[in-house]
Amino acid sequence: MYVAVKGGERAIDNAHAWLAEERRGDLNVAELSVSQIREQLSLAVNRVMAEGSLYDPDLAALAIKQARGDMIEAIFLIRAYRTTLPRFGASAPVETEAMACDRRISATFKDAPGGQVLGPTFDYTHRLLDFALAADGEVPNIAKGEARTEPTPHITDFLNKEGLIQTEATSEDVPGDLTRAPLELPANRPLRLQALTRGDEGFVLSMAYSTQRGYARNHAFVGELRIGKVSVEMEIPELGFAIEIGEVELTECETVNQFQGSKTEPPQFTRGYGLVFGQSERKSISMALVDRALRWEELGEDNLGAPAQDEEFVLYHSDNIQATGFLEHIKLPHYVDFQSELELIRKLRREALENANPIQEAAE
Amino acid sequence: MSDYNFAYLDEQTKRMIRRAILKGLAIPGYQVPFASREMPMPYGWGTGGVQVSAATLTPADTLKVIDQGADDTTNAVSIRKFFEKTAGVATTEETGAASIIQTRHRIPEEDLREDQILVYQVPIPEPLRFLEPSEIETRKMHSLEEYGLMHVKLYEDIAKHGAIATSYAYPVKVEGRYVMDPSPIPKFDNPKMEMAAIQLFGAGREQRIYALPPYCKVVSLDFEDFPFEASKADHACDMCGATDSYLDEVIMDDSGGRMFVCSDTDYCTGRRQAGHMGAQAAAASAALEETAV
Repeated sequence: MYVAVKGGERAIDNAHAWLAEERRGDLNVAELSVSQIREQLSLAVNRVMAEGSLYDPDLAALAIKQARGDMIEAIFLIRAYRTTLPRFGASAPVETEAMACDRRISATFKDAPGGQVLGPTFDYTHRLLDFALAADGEVPNIAKGEARTEPTPHITDFLNKEGLIQTEATSEDVPGDLTRAPLELPANRPLRLQALTRGDEGFVLSMAYSTQRGYARNHAFVGELRIGKVSVEMEIPELGFAIEIGEVELTECETVNQFQGSKTEPPQFTRGYGLVFGQSERKSISMALVDRALRWEELGEDNLGAPAQDEEFVLYHSDNIQATGFLEHIKLPHYVDFQSELELIRKLRREALENANPIQEAAE
Repeated sequence: MSDYNFAYLDEQTKRMIRRAILKGLAIPGYQVPFASREMPMPYGWGTGGVQVSAATLTPADTLKVIDQGADDTTNAVSIRKFFEKTAGVATTEETGAASIIQTRHRIPEEDLREDQILVYQVPIPEPLRFLEPSEIETRKMHSLEEYGLMHVKLYEDIAKHGAIATSYAYPVKVEGRYVMDPSPIPKFDNPKMEMAAIQLFGAGREQRIYALPPYCKVVSLDFEDFPFEASKADHACDMCGATDSYLDEVIMDDSGGRMFVCSDTDYCTGRRQAGHMGAQAAAASAALEETAV
């Protein structure tokens, strides 16, 4: 017998209580602290900061804890928090040239001023489960060296000196803000880069991968990948000059891509650019490849119809908070729409059957 | 909840949204881009409607929230709680007592008045989206009033199925100009859109707001020889006996037993309180009493 379902409110409260219990897990196991997450799951923290568009390792760690390790959920928590924050102003552009690099590699030159610095990378680890970690995560004493003090100029600057790589157009325009103005198309490169840096890592990775496999291939070399801290400066109106207000860790990738030329210009390399919060190598390389693919029109290339060349496709589908929201909303009630579909299909079937069996209908 | 501003959004954001609403009202059916904010509920859960409601609410308002016509569906409960908490406004389940009604997928059965606002949650605001995926293209089509593609689609439906095979989110033309998506309401509700209340549509993820001023002309697209028909289940409500309301079909057992009940819970409750009885009302209320014990 039909009983009107009341009690949605109680069901929601109970669901939340159960969720909290599941998040905590077995009470006999020590609770995870936010600082443990921040220190020991730092790459997860970095991803949450990058896609949440908020540089705050403590809050990102808290979000990961609250989200039970669901990264997109954690990113969502940060985004929802971020949007409530007041805006005091904008920083001066960060100088990645002056980055204190923990890692800096180039795939295009064997050596260059500033050197090849491997840094803390998984690259040459053998992916063998380290069962010792299960018992004890202590690290042995490791050798310490002096911090390098020499400048680390951008690799592409060397190419630029010879005019071998295209110089990026400079602009004094204040770039648009994707989070404060609706996206209108066609977008410009600053907006595209904003969308990519906070876009879903998996999506940007797959888009980049598709270009490597031939969907708008652009022959990228990693000219340089650098990870480290940069200082953030902000101009304080009362002071009239910029002061350092903190530092952030960034990963920057510049790709050197296939050259091109025209009747008026000799062939030159072109570049793609990736810049992401934290140590986020995969994301920044992916971003650079997709950035380069999206520049086809500006660089006079053909539109090959590849997904990674389609600005509208990439920008409208890169945001995992939008994507997951819309995808998951289909589990909400749709009784009303479905009812209208039920009636329609019954009507269409009735008519189709009547048309197919007119005699039988008449006999009945 | 003093940590947040009245109705959650900051005043600057509300102002930006109000501007978009006013523009929408000035150009009925036109999709106004707005800088949608990330809300503390997911996209797809009504973030557009919530932002429009937040920008429209005043402390004196009384809010009603429905999903699928019902006040007690989980997401309606959740949104109502959100505004109880962040705005502290009075809430109601009575259509007539509300000054602002946020809805998903339905228009209340009871006629709305001039002093009411109906806020729709919209998933895909672009009526041409499934015919043309590119936003650049569809905006162009709207500006050129190029709606041939939509008519071809409706024609093809007729050629293929003998009827227009759109049963919800049925496209309308507003004031003879813009083709508009009425949000996924059943086409049964389309004729109600010419109403006394202000209608506001919010699409958060797609960053669009559009609006219908009171008594605006809203015509469901059709052909002379295949006129629009607002359809519902050919049945009366088994609870309140109404024959003029949109019905939900509820599966009762595993042998095909089913009953039909009003999707608008307030309308159904009101009728039953006034003494109207549907075919299964007696048995249903007996069962209710049983569960209450």
